[in-house]
Amino acid sequence: MKTRVIVTLKPGVLDPQGKAVHHALAGLGFAGVNDVRIGKIVELDLADGTDAAQIDEMCRKLLANTVIENFRIETV
Amino acid sequence: MKSAVIVFPGSNCDRDLAVALRETTGAEPVMVWHGETSLPDGLDIVGVPGGFSYGDYLRSGAMAARSPVMRAVADAAAKGVAVLGVCNGFQVLTETGLLPGALMRNAGLNFVCRDVDLTVANSQTMFTAKYDDAEAIKIPVAHHDGNYFADEATLDRLEGEGRVAFRYAGAVNGSARAIAGIVNDAGNVLGLMPHPERMIDAAAHGRADGRRLFEGLIEALG
Repeated sequence: MKTRVIVTLKPGVLDPQGKAVHHALAGLGFAGVNDVRIGKIVELDLADGTDAAQIDEMCRKLLANTVIENFRIETV
Repeated sequence: MKSAVIVFPGSNCDRDLAVALRETTGAEPVMVWHGETSLPDGLDIVGVPGGFSYGDYLRSGAMAARSPVMRAVADAAAKGVAVLGVCNGFQVLTETGLLPGALMRNAGLNFVCRDVDLTVANSQTMFTAKYDDAEAIKIPVAHHDGNYFADEATLDRLEGEGRVAFRYAGAVNGSARAIAGIVNDAGNVLGLMPHPERMIDAAAHGRADGRRLFEGLIEALG
């Protein structure tokens, strides 16, 4: 069972990396980019039947730091 | 005075911290590997050193915070043992939840490695007793993720309770309210990004502004 966890910075948390990429895109001539935010994707290969609560716990205990990050779980 | 320094794979300031503790306590600290599940008996001080534990994988300090020894450190902290986290050690302490907030990528994206001017924000903590309130000191920093973040309510609470120990006197890394170091609510856990252990000997380091942190702590623990 393939599951993907998408970790993103919470709105309002400064993302200097996103800002730098935004700036670089503008430098390449791409107009109309309003904002860039960078996050990460964690791909998990889980035993069939792993319940959602357990995946949620993995995210809260390790994969995301909920002080600064949000996460979303997608089953592929 | 009995002290220990935790060693993670990728720690690189563990020996500096051990030297500072040895010089100021007069006793050799015990080096404790991250896989240990307990700490030596009768400890007064636990040092969580700087470095790049686990290669900063996932987030700085995230993997180290889940290592077996950190459960023992949390138990020791709950019993009142003084815990000093420097640089990566501060990141580890926030990741374990022993200190609030998080340390994010420096606002300027650069790795900052230089002596910085700090202000002692509260001289009443057990770590700052040998400094004066608002005293200007100089301590080196060397970090990529030192940008302290916490929500506004947490920042207000930290300031209101006198838990900000040190602030940057100038722009360094974008930290909220220029926070360089904070203590927990019980006051026995300090995390700070600057490296006091790198400034304990005026002959070797040019200045000894960091030495009083250790001396004050030792005196407070009496």
